[in-house]
Amino acid sequence: MSGAQAKQEPSPRAHELVNSLNSTFGQMVSVTVLRPNRIRVQTDRANLRALATFARDMLHFDHCTNVSGTDFPKDKQIQIDYHLGSIDGEDLRSVILGLTCRVPSDDAKLPSLIEIFPSVDLHERETYEMLGVTFEGHPELARLLLPEDWSDIPPMLKAYRLPGRLEGE
Amino acid sequence: MSMPLASSGLQTAQVAEDKLVVSIGPQHPGAGHFRFTITVDGDTIVDVAPDPGYVHRGAEKQTEYRTYLQSIPMLERSSLTDVTNIIGPYSLAAEELMGIEIPPRGQYLRMIMSENQRIMSHLYWLGIQGIFLGHSTMFMWPLGDRDIFVDLGQMIGGARITYSYWIPGGVRNDMPESFKPRALKVFDYFETRLKDYERIFFQNPLFLKRTEDVGVLRREDAIKLGVVGPVLRGSDVKSDTRIDEPYCFYKDLDFEVPSYKECDTYARCMVHLVEMRQSMRIIRQCLEKMPLGPVRVKLSPQQRTNPGEAYARVEAARGAMSFHIISDGSTKPYRVRISVPSMRNLIVLKKLLIGSHVADMPAIYWSLDYWPVEADK
Repeated sequence: MSGAQAKQEPSPRAHELVNSLNSTFGQMVSVTVLRPNRIRVQTDRANLRALATFARDMLHFDHCTNVSGTDFPKDKQIQIDYHLGSIDGEDLRSVILGLTCRVPSDDAKLPSLIEIFPSVDLHERETYEMLGVTFEGHPELARLLLPEDWSDIPPMLKAYRLPGRLEGE
Repeated sequence: MSMPLASSGLQTAQVAEDKLVVSIGPQHPGAGHFRFTITVDGDTIVDVAPDPGYVHRGAEKQTEYRTYLQSIPMLERSSLTDVTNIIGPYSLAAEELMGIEIPPRGQYLRMIMSENQRIMSHLYWLGIQGIFLGHSTMFMWPLGDRDIFVDLGQMIGGARITYSYWIPGGVRNDMPESFKPRALKVFDYFETRLKDYERIFFQNPLFLKRTEDVGVLRREDAIKLGVVGPVLRGSDVKSDTRIDEPYCFYKDLDFEVPSYKECDTYARCMVHLVEMRQSMRIIRQCLEKMPLGPVRVKLSPQQRTNPGEAYARVEAARGAMSFHIISDGSTKPYRVRISVPSMRNLIVLKKLLIGSHVADMPAIYWSLDYWPVEADK
Protein backbone atom coordinates (compact mmCIF):
# COMPACT_ATOMS: atom_id res chain seq x y z
CA MET A 1 0.00 0.00 0.00
CA SER A 2 2.89 2.29 0.57
CA GLY A 3 3.57 2.28 -3.17
CA ALA A 4 0.93 4.94 -3.75
CA GLN A 5 2.40 7.24 -1.14
CA ALA A 6 4.70 9.96 -2.41
CA LYS A 7 8.29 9.06 -1.64
CA GLN A 8 10.28 11.62 0.27
CA GLU A 9 13.91 12.50 0.63
CA PRO A 10 15.41 10.86 3.72
CA SER A 11 17.22 12.87 6.38
CA PRO A 12 21.03 12.52 6.14
CA ARG A 13 21.09 10.00 8.99
CA ALA A 14 18.25 8.01 7.46
CA HIS A 15 20.06 8.09 4.14
CA GLU A 16 23.03 6.31 5.72
CA LEU A 17 20.70 3.65 7.11
CA VAL A 18 19.08 3.09 3.71
CA ASN A 19 22.49 2.69 2.06
CA SER A 20 23.66 0.33 4.75
CA LEU A 21 20.53 -1.83 4.46
CA ASN A 22 20.69 -1.92 0.67
CA SER A 23 24.37 -2.80 0.53
CA THR A 24 24.03 -5.61 3.10
CA PHE A 25 20.77 -7.21 2.05
CA GLY A 26 20.49 -6.16 -1.60
CA GLN A 27 17.61 -7.94 -3.29
CA MET A 28 16.37 -9.55 -0.05
CA VAL A 29 14.78 -6.32 1.17
CA SER A 30 12.91 -3.43 -0.36
CA VAL A 31 13.56 -0.13 1.39
CA THR A 32 11.08 2.76 1.18
CA VAL A 33 11.43 6.18 2.77
CA LEU A 34 7.94 7.28 3.83
CA ARG A 35 9.03 10.48 5.52
CA PRO A 36 12.46 11.93 6.23
CA ASN A 37 12.64 9.91 9.46
CA ARG A 38 10.38 6.96 8.67
CA ILE A 39 12.00 4.07 6.87
CA ARG A 40 10.14 0.95 5.89
CA VAL A 41 11.99 -2.24 5.08
CA GLN A 42 9.99 -5.02 3.53
CA THR A 43 11.32 -8.53 3.68
CA ASP A 44 10.08 -12.10 3.85
CA ARG A 45 9.84 -14.16 6.99
CA ALA A 46 12.96 -16.19 6.24
CA ASN A 47 15.10 -13.04 6.47
CA LEU A 48 13.26 -11.30 9.27
CA ARG A 49 15.49 -12.46 12.11
CA ALA A 50 18.67 -11.66 10.23
CA LEU A 51 17.33 -8.22 9.41
CA ALA A 52 16.33 -7.55 13.02
CA THR A 53 19.72 -8.69 14.30
CA PHE A 54 21.41 -6.39 11.81
CA ALA A 55 19.17 -3.50 12.88
CA ARG A 56 20.15 -4.05 16.50
CA ASP A 57 23.87 -4.80 16.17
CA MET A 58 24.91 -2.68 13.21
CA LEU A 59 22.30 0.07 13.01
CA HIS A 60 21.93 0.48 16.82
CA PHE A 61 18.17 0.25 17.13
CA ASP A 62 17.67 -0.92 20.71
CA HIS A 63 13.95 -1.36 21.30
CA CYS A 64 10.66 -2.02 19.61
CA THR A 65 8.01 0.68 19.92
CA ASN A 66 5.10 -1.12 18.30
CA VAL A 67 3.99 -4.22 16.44
CA SER A 68 1.08 -3.76 14.05
CA GLY A 69 -0.80 -6.57 12.39
CA THR A 70 -3.03 -5.84 9.40
CA ASP A 71 -5.28 -8.22 7.52
CA PHE A 72 -5.42 -7.96 3.72
CA PRO A 73 -8.13 -10.46 2.76
CA LYS A 74 -7.96 -9.51 -0.93
CA ASP A 75 -4.32 -10.59 -1.08
CA LYS A 76 -5.00 -13.45 1.41
CA GLN A 77 -2.12 -12.06 3.44
CA ILE A 78 -1.48 -10.63 6.89
CA GLN A 79 1.08 -7.88 7.24
CA ILE A 80 3.17 -7.52 10.38
CA ASP A 81 5.05 -4.28 11.02
CA TYR A 82 7.70 -4.02 13.70
CA HIS A 83 8.56 -0.41 14.51
CA LEU A 84 12.01 -0.04 15.97
CA GLY A 85 13.35 2.95 17.85
CA SER A 86 16.67 3.87 19.36
CA ILE A 87 17.72 5.57 22.57
CA ASP A 88 21.47 5.08 22.54
CA GLY A 89 22.06 5.17 18.80
CA GLU A 90 23.65 8.45 17.75
CA ASP A 91 21.13 10.86 16.14
CA LEU A 92 18.64 8.02 15.85
CA ARG A 93 16.02 9.09 18.37
CA SER A 94 13.86 10.74 15.75
CA VAL A 95 14.07 7.78 13.36
CA ILE A 96 11.59 4.91 13.29
CA LEU A 97 12.64 1.86 11.32
CA GLY A 98 9.71 -0.28 10.25
CA LEU A 99 10.35 -3.94 9.46
CA THR A 100 7.47 -5.23 7.36
CA CYS A 101 6.74 -8.82 6.63
CA ARG A 102 3.74 -10.37 4.89
CA VAL A 103 2.62 -13.91 5.61
CA PRO A 104 -0.13 -15.93 3.89
CA SER A 105 -3.41 -15.94 5.86
CA ASP A 106 -3.64 -19.73 5.83
CA ASP A 107 -0.11 -20.13 7.16
CA ALA A 108 0.17 -17.14 9.48
CA LYS A 109 3.46 -17.93 11.18
CA LEU A 110 6.67 -16.04 11.56
CA PRO A 111 9.69 -16.18 13.85
CA SER A 112 9.37 -14.25 17.08
CA LEU A 113 11.86 -11.42 17.58
CA ILE A 114 11.74 -11.69 21.37
CA GLU A 115 15.33 -12.89 21.68
CA ILE A 116 16.56 -9.92 19.66
CA PHE A 117 14.18 -7.30 21.09
CA PRO A 118 12.69 -8.35 24.49
CA SER A 119 10.36 -5.34 24.20
CA VAL A 120 8.20 -7.10 21.56
CA ASP A 121 6.83 -9.46 24.23
CA LEU A 122 3.35 -8.02 24.88
CA HIS A 123 2.99 -6.58 21.38
CA GLU A 124 3.48 -10.02 19.83
CA ARG A 125 1.02 -11.57 22.26
CA GLU A 126 -1.56 -8.98 21.32
CA THR A 127 -1.01 -9.56 17.59
CA TYR A 128 -1.29 -13.29 18.17
CA GLU A 129 -4.73 -13.08 19.75
CA MET A 130 -6.06 -10.24 17.59
CA LEU A 131 -4.99 -11.67 14.21
CA GLY A 132 -4.19 -15.30 14.88
CA VAL A 133 -0.55 -14.93 13.87
CA THR A 134 1.77 -17.42 15.55
CA PHE A 135 5.17 -16.11 16.60
CA GLU A 136 7.44 -19.13 16.67
CA GLY A 137 9.80 -19.13 19.62
CA HIS A 138 7.77 -16.81 21.85
CA PRO A 139 7.92 -18.38 25.32
CA GLU A 140 4.46 -17.37 26.49
CA LEU A 141 2.15 -16.98 23.50
CA ALA A 142 -1.06 -16.71 25.52
CA ARG A 143 -4.09 -14.47 25.37
CA LEU A 144 -3.60 -10.98 26.71
CA LEU A 145 -6.66 -8.76 26.34
CA LEU A 146 -9.47 -10.99 25.07
CA PRO A 147 -11.67 -12.84 27.55
CA GLU A 148 -10.78 -16.46 28.35
CA ASP A 149 -14.03 -17.70 26.77
CA TRP A 150 -13.59 -15.87 23.46
CA SER A 151 -14.56 -18.48 20.86
CA ASP A 152 -14.97 -16.39 17.69
CA ILE A 153 -12.31 -15.75 15.05
CA PRO A 154 -9.51 -13.28 15.95
CA PRO A 155 -11.30 -9.91 16.04
CA MET A 156 -8.88 -7.79 14.05
CA LEU A 157 -9.35 -9.95 10.96
CA LYS A 158 -11.50 -8.12 8.43
CA ALA A 159 -13.86 -11.10 8.33
CA TYR A 160 -14.91 -10.38 11.91
CA ARG A 161 -17.81 -7.91 12.14
CA LEU A 162 -18.67 -6.16 15.37
CA PRO A 163 -22.04 -7.36 16.69
CA GLY A 164 -24.78 -5.13 15.29
CA ARG A 165 -22.68 -3.89 12.37
CA LEU A 166 -23.83 -4.83 8.89
CA GLU A 167 -21.81 -5.92 5.88
CA GLY A 168 -20.40 -2.90 4.07
CA GLU A 169 -20.98 -0.54 6.97
CA MET B 1 9.96 -32.84 43.18
CA SER B 2 7.86 -34.94 40.83
CA MET B 3 6.93 -38.59 40.86
CA PRO B 4 5.20 -40.58 38.15
CA LEU B 5 1.87 -42.15 39.03
CA ALA B 6 2.47 -45.79 38.28
CA SER B 7 -0.71 -46.54 36.36
CA SER B 8 -1.32 -43.43 34.26
CA GLY B 9 2.18 -42.13 33.68
CA LEU B 10 1.06 -38.68 34.82
CA GLN B 11 3.58 -36.44 36.46
CA THR B 12 2.60 -34.68 39.64
CA ALA B 13 4.56 -31.84 41.14
CA GLN B 14 4.67 -31.15 44.81
CA VAL B 15 3.75 -27.54 45.43
CA ALA B 16 5.90 -25.90 48.04
CA GLU B 17 3.85 -25.43 51.16
CA ASP B 18 5.40 -22.17 52.20
CA LYS B 19 4.36 -20.27 49.07
CA LEU B 20 1.08 -18.49 48.57
CA VAL B 21 -0.54 -17.15 45.42
CA VAL B 22 -2.37 -13.87 45.95
CA SER B 23 -4.67 -12.34 43.40
CA ILE B 24 -4.60 -8.54 43.24
CA GLY B 25 -7.57 -7.00 41.42
CA PRO B 26 -9.49 -6.63 39.18
CA GLN B 27 -11.77 -4.98 41.73
CA HIS B 28 -9.03 -3.95 44.12
CA PRO B 29 -9.43 -0.32 45.09
CA GLY B 30 -5.90 0.44 44.12
CA ALA B 31 -5.15 -1.63 41.06
CA GLY B 32 -7.84 -0.20 38.79
CA HIS B 33 -9.54 -2.68 36.50
CA PHE B 34 -6.46 -4.74 36.25
CA ARG B 35 -5.49 -8.00 37.82
CA PHE B 36 -2.17 -9.52 38.59
CA THR B 37 -1.28 -12.49 40.70
CA ILE B 38 1.75 -12.54 42.91
CA THR B 39 3.38 -15.58 44.44
CA VAL B 40 4.80 -14.79 47.83
CA ASP B 41 7.33 -16.61 49.95
CA GLY B 42 6.80 -15.11 53.36
CA ASP B 43 7.00 -11.37 52.75
CA THR B 44 8.95 -11.60 49.49
CA ILE B 45 7.39 -11.65 46.03
CA VAL B 46 8.82 -14.52 44.01
CA ASP B 47 6.62 -14.42 40.92
CA VAL B 48 4.26 -12.00 39.19
CA ALA B 49 1.75 -12.68 36.43
CA PRO B 50 0.02 -9.58 34.99
CA ASP B 51 -3.41 -10.23 33.50
CA PRO B 52 -4.70 -7.13 31.68
CA GLY B 53 -7.80 -6.97 29.48
CA TYR B 54 -10.67 -6.37 31.90
CA VAL B 55 -11.53 -3.09 30.21
CA HIS B 56 -10.69 -4.02 26.63
CA ARG B 57 -13.25 -2.32 24.39
CA GLY B 58 -11.80 -2.90 20.96
CA ALA B 59 -10.97 0.72 20.14
CA GLU B 60 -8.81 -0.36 17.20
CA LYS B 61 -11.62 -2.43 15.69
CA GLN B 62 -14.17 0.34 16.18
CA THR B 63 -12.11 2.78 14.10
CA GLU B 64 -12.85 0.59 11.06
CA TYR B 65 -16.48 1.68 11.21
CA ARG B 66 -15.92 5.39 11.69
CA THR B 67 -14.65 8.26 9.57
CA TYR B 68 -11.43 9.95 10.65
CA LEU B 69 -13.34 12.59 12.59
CA GLN B 70 -15.90 10.25 14.16
CA SER B 71 -13.20 8.21 15.86
CA ILE B 72 -12.01 11.13 18.00
CA PRO B 73 -14.58 11.00 20.85
CA MET B 74 -14.35 7.22 20.99
CA LEU B 75 -10.54 7.10 21.09
CA GLU B 76 -10.18 9.62 23.90
CA ARG B 77 -12.28 7.42 26.20
CA SER B 78 -9.31 5.06 26.43
CA SER B 79 -7.37 7.51 28.52
CA LEU B 80 -9.63 9.85 30.42
CA THR B 81 -6.86 11.48 32.42
CA ASP B 82 -4.95 12.24 29.26
CA VAL B 83 -7.49 12.85 26.49
CA THR B 84 -5.61 15.53 24.55
CA ASN B 85 -2.47 13.48 24.23
CA ILE B 86 -4.09 10.24 23.15
CA ILE B 87 -5.70 11.82 20.08
CA GLY B 88 -2.62 13.92 19.36
CA PRO B 89 -0.68 11.27 17.43
CA TYR B 90 -3.88 10.04 15.79
CA SER B 91 -4.49 13.50 14.36
CA LEU B 92 -0.85 13.96 13.38
CA ALA B 93 -0.87 10.66 11.49
CA ALA B 94 -4.20 11.45 9.80
CA GLU B 95 -2.96 14.92 8.80
CA GLU B 96 0.18 13.40 7.36
CA LEU B 97 -1.97 11.14 5.18
CA MET B 98 -4.27 14.02 4.23
CA GLY B 99 -1.26 16.22 3.45
CA ILE B 100 -2.47 19.31 5.30
CA GLU B 101 -0.65 22.01 7.25
CA ILE B 102 -2.01 23.32 10.54
CA PRO B 103 -2.11 27.10 11.21
CA PRO B 104 0.44 28.25 13.84
CA ARG B 105 -2.17 29.41 16.35
CA GLY B 106 -3.74 25.95 16.23
CA GLN B 107 -0.36 24.40 16.97
CA TYR B 108 0.17 26.65 19.99
CA LEU B 109 -3.30 25.84 21.32
CA ARG B 110 -2.48 22.16 20.95
CA MET B 111 0.62 22.61 23.08
CA ILE B 112 -1.29 24.58 25.73
CA MET B 113 -3.97 21.92 26.06
CA SER B 114 -1.45 19.11 25.91
CA GLU B 115 0.61 20.56 28.77
CA ASN B 116 -2.46 21.41 30.82
CA GLN B 117 -3.50 17.79 30.37
CA ARG B 118 -0.10 16.60 31.51
CA ILE B 119 -0.45 18.54 34.77
CA MET B 120 -3.95 17.11 35.31
CA SER B 121 -2.75 13.59 34.69
CA HIS B 122 0.29 13.97 36.95
CA LEU B 123 -1.85 15.42 39.74
CA TYR B 124 -4.19 12.46 39.50
CA TRP B 125 -1.20 10.16 39.64
CA LEU B 126 0.22 12.02 42.64
CA GLY B 127 -3.05 11.74 44.56
CA ILE B 128 -3.14 7.97 44.12
CA GLN B 129 0.57 7.61 44.88
CA GLY B 130 -0.04 9.59 48.07
CA ILE B 131 -2.85 7.38 49.27
CA PHE B 132 -0.96 4.23 48.27
CA LEU B 133 1.79 5.31 50.63
CA GLY B 134 -0.73 6.06 53.36
CA HIS B 135 -0.39 9.82 53.06
CA SER B 136 -3.97 11.01 52.83
CA THR B 137 -3.09 14.71 52.67
CA MET B 138 -1.24 13.97 49.45
CA PHE B 139 -4.43 12.41 48.15
CA MET B 140 -6.63 15.41 48.90
CA TRP B 141 -4.32 18.27 47.91
CA PRO B 142 -3.47 17.17 44.35
CA LEU B 143 -7.01 16.09 43.55
CA GLY B 144 -8.30 19.42 44.86
CA ASP B 145 -5.72 21.38 42.87
CA ARG B 146 -6.41 19.27 39.81
CA ASP B 147 -9.86 20.79 39.65
CA ILE B 148 -8.36 24.21 38.95
CA PHE B 149 -6.64 22.79 35.90
CA VAL B 150 -9.85 21.04 34.87
CA ASP B 151 -11.46 24.49 35.00
CA LEU B 152 -8.69 25.87 32.78
CA GLY B 153 -9.24 23.07 30.28
CA GLN B 154 -12.96 23.76 30.36
CA MET B 155 -12.37 27.41 29.44
CA ILE B 156 -10.85 26.30 26.16
CA GLY B 157 -12.38 22.91 25.51
CA GLY B 158 -15.92 23.50 26.75
CA ALA B 159 -16.17 20.16 28.56
CA ARG B 160 -14.48 19.19 31.79
CA ILE B 161 -12.74 15.99 30.78
CA THR B 162 -13.53 14.86 27.24
CA TYR B 163 -13.03 17.90 25.00
CA SER B 164 -12.37 16.22 21.62
CA TYR B 165 -10.25 19.31 21.17
CA TRP B 166 -7.20 18.21 19.18
CA ILE B 167 -8.73 17.11 15.87
CA PRO B 168 -7.37 16.46 12.38
CA GLY B 169 -7.09 19.90 10.81
CA GLY B 170 -6.19 21.84 13.94
CA VAL B 171 -8.13 22.41 17.15
CA ARG B 172 -11.86 22.76 17.54
CA ASN B 173 -12.04 26.38 18.63
CA ASP B 174 -9.97 29.35 19.69
CA MET B 175 -9.42 30.19 23.36
CA PRO B 176 -11.29 32.97 25.14
CA GLU B 177 -9.42 36.19 25.98
CA SER B 178 -10.00 35.58 29.67
CA PHE B 179 -7.87 32.42 29.53
CA LYS B 180 -4.46 34.11 29.71
CA PRO B 181 -4.95 36.15 32.92
CA ARG B 182 -6.71 33.22 34.57
CA ALA B 183 -3.99 30.74 33.61
CA LEU B 184 -1.18 33.01 34.85
CA LYS B 185 -2.96 33.43 38.16
CA VAL B 186 -3.41 29.66 38.49
CA PHE B 187 0.28 29.05 37.72
CA ASP B 188 1.41 31.56 40.35
CA TYR B 189 -0.76 29.77 42.88
CA PHE B 190 0.31 26.29 41.80
CA GLU B 191 4.02 27.11 41.88
CA THR B 192 3.77 27.93 45.58
CA ARG B 193 1.63 24.86 46.00
CA LEU B 194 4.30 22.63 44.48
CA LYS B 195 6.71 23.88 47.14
CA ASP B 196 4.19 22.74 49.75
CA TYR B 197 3.97 19.36 48.05
CA GLU B 198 7.71 19.05 48.15
CA ARG B 199 7.90 20.01 51.79
CA ILE B 200 5.12 17.75 53.02
CA PHE B 201 5.59 14.75 50.74
CA PHE B 202 8.66 14.60 48.54
CA GLN B 203 11.04 15.50 51.38
CA ASN B 204 9.10 13.55 53.96
CA PRO B 205 11.39 10.95 55.61
CA LEU B 206 8.60 8.38 55.40
CA PHE B 207 8.22 8.93 51.68
CA LEU B 208 11.97 8.63 51.20
CA LYS B 209 12.11 5.41 53.23
CA ARG B 210 9.31 3.90 51.17
CA THR B 211 10.71 4.84 47.77
CA GLU B 212 14.51 5.11 47.84
CA ASP B 213 16.24 2.03 46.39
CA VAL B 214 12.82 0.42 45.94
CA GLY B 215 11.95 -0.99 42.52
CA VAL B 216 15.25 -0.20 40.81
CA LEU B 217 15.16 -0.31 37.00
CA ARG B 218 18.67 -0.03 35.58
CA ARG B 219 19.28 2.19 32.58
CA GLU B 220 20.22 -0.66 30.23
CA ASP B 221 17.13 -2.67 31.22
CA ALA B 222 14.85 0.33 30.71
CA ILE B 223 16.18 0.80 27.18
CA LYS B 224 16.14 -2.88 26.31
CA LEU B 225 12.55 -3.33 27.52
CA GLY B 226 11.42 -0.25 25.61
CA VAL B 227 9.80 1.63 28.49
CA VAL B 228 8.70 5.22 28.00
CA GLY B 229 7.91 8.46 29.77
CA PRO B 230 8.62 9.12 33.45
CA VAL B 231 9.69 5.48 33.92
CA LEU B 232 12.38 5.87 31.27
CA ARG B 233 13.47 9.28 32.55
CA GLY B 234 13.55 7.95 36.09
CA SER B 235 16.08 5.41 34.83
CA ASP B 236 18.67 7.99 33.84
CA VAL B 237 17.61 8.43 30.20
CA LYS B 238 17.00 11.98 29.03
CA SER B 239 14.54 11.07 26.34
CA ASP B 240 11.33 12.87 25.52
CA THR B 241 9.47 12.91 22.21
CA ARG B 242 9.08 16.67 22.54
CA ILE B 243 12.90 16.93 22.24
CA ASP B 244 13.75 13.81 20.24
CA GLU B 245 11.27 14.43 17.44
CA PRO B 246 9.57 17.79 18.10
CA TYR B 247 6.02 18.22 16.89
CA CYS B 248 3.97 21.47 16.99
CA PHE B 249 6.44 24.22 18.01
CA TYR B 250 8.23 22.49 20.87
CA LYS B 251 11.58 23.12 19.17
CA ASP B 252 11.08 26.88 19.67
CA LEU B 253 10.39 26.59 23.38
CA ASP B 254 12.74 26.48 26.30
CA PHE B 255 12.15 23.71 28.83
CA GLU B 256 14.03 21.02 30.67
CA VAL B 257 13.60 17.28 30.54
CA PRO B 258 14.32 15.79 33.97
CA SER B 259 16.16 12.53 34.46
CA TYR B 260 17.49 10.87 37.58
CA LYS B 261 20.45 8.58 38.13
CA GLU B 262 18.83 6.79 41.09
CA CYS B 263 16.63 4.62 38.81
CA ASP B 264 14.26 3.82 41.70
CA THR B 265 10.69 4.63 42.67
CA TYR B 266 11.83 7.93 44.17
CA ALA B 267 13.34 8.97 40.84
CA ARG B 268 10.14 8.17 38.95
CA CYS B 269 8.12 10.23 41.44
CA MET B 270 10.48 13.19 41.16
CA VAL B 271 10.21 13.17 37.36
CA HIS B 272 6.47 13.74 37.69
CA LEU B 273 7.01 16.67 40.08
CA VAL B 274 9.55 18.41 37.85
CA GLU B 275 7.46 17.86 34.74
CA MET B 276 4.50 19.73 36.22
CA ARG B 277 6.73 22.80 36.69
CA GLN B 278 8.08 22.49 33.17
CA SER B 279 4.57 22.18 31.74
CA MET B 280 3.59 25.50 33.30
CA ARG B 281 6.78 27.01 31.91
CA ILE B 282 5.81 25.78 28.45
CA ILE B 283 2.27 27.19 28.65
CA ARG B 284 3.62 30.58 29.82
CA GLN B 285 5.90 30.71 26.77
CA CYS B 286 3.07 29.63 24.46
CA LEU B 287 0.83 32.40 25.77
CA GLU B 288 3.59 34.91 25.05
CA LYS B 289 4.56 33.66 21.63
CA MET B 290 1.28 32.57 20.04
CA PRO B 291 0.27 34.59 16.98
CA LEU B 292 -3.25 35.58 16.01
CA GLY B 293 -4.93 33.81 13.14
CA PRO B 294 -7.05 30.81 12.26
CA VAL B 295 -6.88 27.74 14.47
CA ARG B 296 -7.98 25.05 12.04
CA VAL B 297 -8.23 23.98 8.45
CA LYS B 298 -11.78 23.08 7.72
CA LEU B 299 -12.12 19.48 6.59
CA SER B 300 -15.06 17.67 5.12
CA PRO B 301 -16.80 15.28 7.54
CA GLN B 302 -16.12 12.65 4.88
CA GLN B 303 -12.51 13.71 4.41
CA ARG B 304 -10.47 11.29 2.31
CA THR B 305 -6.78 10.62 2.76
CA ASN B 306 -4.07 9.59 0.36
CA PRO B 307 -3.44 5.86 0.39
CA GLY B 308 -0.37 4.95 2.38
CA GLU B 309 0.75 4.67 5.95
CA ALA B 310 1.81 7.02 8.71
CA TYR B 311 3.41 6.53 12.09
CA ALA B 312 3.17 9.49 14.46
CA ARG B 313 3.95 9.93 18.13
CA VAL B 314 3.68 12.54 20.85
CA GLU B 315 4.86 12.66 24.43
CA ALA B 316 1.76 11.92 26.49
CA ALA B 317 1.69 12.24 30.27
CA ARG B 318 2.72 8.59 30.67
CA GLY B 319 5.24 8.57 27.81
CA ALA B 320 5.45 8.20 24.06
CA MET B 321 2.03 7.52 22.57
CA SER B 322 2.10 6.39 18.97
CA PHE B 323 -0.40 5.64 16.25
CA HIS B 324 0.19 3.65 13.10
CA ILE B 325 -2.48 4.29 10.49
CA ILE B 326 -2.76 2.40 7.22
CA SER B 327 -5.09 4.05 4.71
CA ASP B 328 -6.59 2.74 1.49
CA GLY B 329 -7.67 6.21 0.42
CA SER B 330 -11.28 5.95 1.59
CA THR B 331 -13.09 8.01 4.22
CA LYS B 332 -12.37 5.47 6.95
CA PRO B 333 -8.94 4.27 8.05
CA TYR B 334 -8.05 0.76 6.92
CA ARG B 335 -6.13 -0.04 10.09
CA VAL B 336 -5.41 1.99 13.20
CA ARG B 337 -2.87 0.58 15.61
CA ILE B 338 -2.37 2.26 18.96
CA SER B 339 0.82 1.76 20.93
CA VAL B 340 0.11 3.19 24.37
CA PRO B 341 2.68 3.99 27.04
CA SER B 342 0.87 1.99 29.73
CA MET B 343 1.18 -1.21 27.75
CA ARG B 344 4.82 -0.53 26.99
CA ASN B 345 5.56 0.04 30.68
CA LEU B 346 3.66 -3.02 31.89
CA ILE B 347 6.52 -5.24 30.78
CA VAL B 348 8.68 -4.05 33.69
CA LEU B 349 6.14 -4.85 36.41
CA LYS B 350 7.45 -8.40 36.64
CA LYS B 351 11.04 -7.25 36.72
CA LEU B 352 10.50 -4.70 39.46
CA LEU B 353 8.24 -6.69 41.76
CA ILE B 354 10.12 -9.98 41.87
CA GLY B 355 12.36 -9.92 44.93
CA SER B 356 10.67 -6.98 46.59
CA HIS B 357 8.52 -6.97 49.71
CA VAL B 358 4.74 -7.13 49.57
CA ALA B 359 4.56 -3.79 51.37
CA ASP B 360 6.57 -2.14 48.57
CA MET B 361 4.18 -3.36 45.88
CA PRO B 362 1.78 -0.37 45.86
CA ALA B 363 4.62 2.15 45.70
CA ILE B 364 6.32 0.34 42.82
CA TYR B 365 3.14 -0.46 40.93
CA TRP B 366 1.78 3.06 40.93
CA SER B 367 5.15 4.69 40.23
CA LEU B 368 4.73 3.17 36.74
CA ASP B 369 1.51 5.22 36.36
CA TYR B 370 -0.10 2.20 34.77
CA TRP B 371 -3.56 3.12 33.51
CA PRO B 372 -5.48 -0.10 32.78
CA VAL B 373 -8.09 1.45 30.47
CA GLU B 374 -5.38 2.96 28.31
CA ALA B 375 -3.42 -0.29 28.14
CA ASP B 376 -6.48 -2.38 27.28
CA LYS B 377 -7.81 0.07 24.67
